[in-house]
Amino acid sequence: MLLEVDNLHVFYGRIEAIKGISFTVDEGEIVTLIGANGAGKTTTLKTVSGVRPAAQGRIRFEGKDITKMPAHKRTEMGIVQSPEGRGIFPGMTVLENLDMGCYVRRRGVVSTRTQDLERVFSLFPRLAERKSQAGGSLSGGEQQMLAIGRALMSQPRIMLLDEPSMGLAPMLIQQIFEIVTEINQQGTTVLLVEQNAAQALKRADRAYVLETGRVVKTDVAANLLDDPAVRAAYLGGH
Amino acid sequence: MSSAPPMPTEDPDRIASHAGPPTAAAKQVFGQRMAAASATMRRWSDAWARLPTVVRWSLLGLLLVFLYTLPLTKPWPIDTPGTDLAGVLGGTVVPYVVVALGLNVVVGMAGLLDLGYVGFYAVGAYTLGVLTSRHANLPWLLCLPICIVVSMVVGVLLGAPTLRLRGDYLAIVTLGFGEIIRLLAERLDWLGTINGIQGIGPPPNVGPFKFGVLNKNSFFYLGLTVIIVVYFFLKRLENSRVGRAWTAIREDEDAAELMGVPTFRFKLWAFAIGAAVGGLAGMLYAGKAGFINPDGFKINLSILFIAAVVLGGPGNMPGVVIGGIVVSYLPERFRFLNTSRYMWFGIALVIMMIFRPQGLLPRRAHGRTQPPDPPTFEDVKEGDPDLEGGAHGALA
Repeated sequence: MLLEVDNLHVFYGRIEAIKGISFTVDEGEIVTLIGANGAGKTTTLKTVSGVRPAAQGRIRFEGKDITKMPAHKRTEMGIVQSPEGRGIFPGMTVLENLDMGCYVRRRGVVSTRTQDLERVFSLFPRLAERKSQAGGSLSGGEQQMLAIGRALMSQPRIMLLDEPSMGLAPMLIQQIFEIVTEINQQGTTVLLVEQNAAQALKRADRAYVLETGRVVKTDVAANLLDDPAVRAAYLGGH
Repeated sequence: MSSAPPMPTEDPDRIASHAGPPTAAAKQVFGQRMAAASATMRRWSDAWARLPTVVRWSLLGLLLVFLYTLPLTKPWPIDTPGTDLAGVLGGTVVPYVVVALGLNVVVGMAGLLDLGYVGFYAVGAYTLGVLTSRHANLPWLLCLPICIVVSMVVGVLLGAPTLRLRGDYLAIVTLGFGEIIRLLAERLDWLGTINGIQGIGPPPNVGPFKFGVLNKNSFFYLGLTVIIVVYFFLKRLENSRVGRAWTAIREDEDAAELMGVPTFRFKLWAFAIGAAVGGLAGMLYAGKAGFINPDGFKINLSILFIAAVVLGGPGNMPGVVIGGIVVSYLPERFRFLNTSRYMWFGIALVIMMIFRPQGLLPRRAHGRTQPPDPPTFEDVKEGDPDLEGGAHGALA
């Protein structure tokens, strides 16, 4: 098992946002956490990447306990999060943003930077066109691409994607999810958090449904797509 | 000083009629202002870069000659009626410029609002006072590294517990820190209480350069040299991996951490280096003045230091140098206005911030300065408000 989260509890002040979530992600999978606003999806992701502390529970990566490890150390291990919405560096150019993605690499290992850049630019030709433009001047969709591309630059073992479809036009959403699938097929494990449950379930291998800080249902994604309760709650029900 | 053309002013109707929510429109206006300002910067720095190397170096050389001979030539528009120019430059302008450079590391580069920077300035000055007059008689030159190290240690001591706070919280804690240092100096007999410390040792005489009450020029030569050394040290730091980490932290601390930047360590470094430079400035001031007391390290000085950085253009080193000069020199230049001079100074600051909010020489925004696509409604993100981190979350 690549990533194991066991009985995770997270607090915001006195409010318990995550009330004992457990899930696993296997090598090569796309696993998605779906749920309504406030269900705790983003918090879970932030706790896995390390920007939020866990109050209780265990997070293991490749069998190693990383619950207390600072976020930048987890990045070195290959857990890389593409933050939700506009988590890019607005004052840096597209290229500088991407270069921040390989910040963790030590000197002498720069040789793969060119290949990684080529890979990102072939996935997102738009970024190549705009590489000398400030990140903050990109459109919402382009910023999302940049955040994903930047995460890819660090050659993640597992990529944590936080709401990649947020605020995007339907056509762009389709495109972003296609790219997520492609990244996965190239060998990166993906943990995807989404409000757009239909798309997420179509792309993912397995899914967990979150409700007010708890996992209420888990199954193979395709099954959940046909589950009447899930359809009613998250897929506009028919 | 500001040779750039005035900023294009925004047509209020256009802003009002802008599609999308007001925050998005405001953001875009600000973005356009920044873009226009940095476009000006870009033109100037491009023009500078296009000059042949020989010309550039000769111009820099001429500037240096001009600066070093200022106390001798005392050109009319620069000279300060009523006070000696050399004294103003060496005793006031030099420490302020060093302070602006140091505070810029903290505020401009790493984006940490430090409202108690006067504390480090005081630590440097008092360290020199204690070591050369009150409790020992060490030579100035030996005190130089000691003052820097002591300030640096104090910076780390303040930073280690407080740098986990963000934004406003950090600002308030540092504000308190500045006051604590002053109050300690006021209460502790060991530091001379309200009487302060007299007879602080000046720098050693070197050949024709003597340091005393009557030899004000030497202080300026020394100070200018220190500024140049500090400038190039910080410039190298800015262009290094450290500088890149600071930029990332300033732009988005969480994202920086997610990219593998050990944000806490680098924030502590920014604090330590900023403190060291601040201490150095305080030491230069105390060595020239020969006398310090707690009144010289009040909170208003911290605000003035911040003003120097913000006025000059946070994050841009030539800018903050100019900011430091403006804040320290203008009140001396217009000393003949007597008691009203600080009122005029305040008015000048307000006017400057209205017409040039990004500072006199703003940081060169990277990248092509194309105006951004107008934001659409979908672009405005609606995060889960209860699950957003933010400043309040960071405290929890």
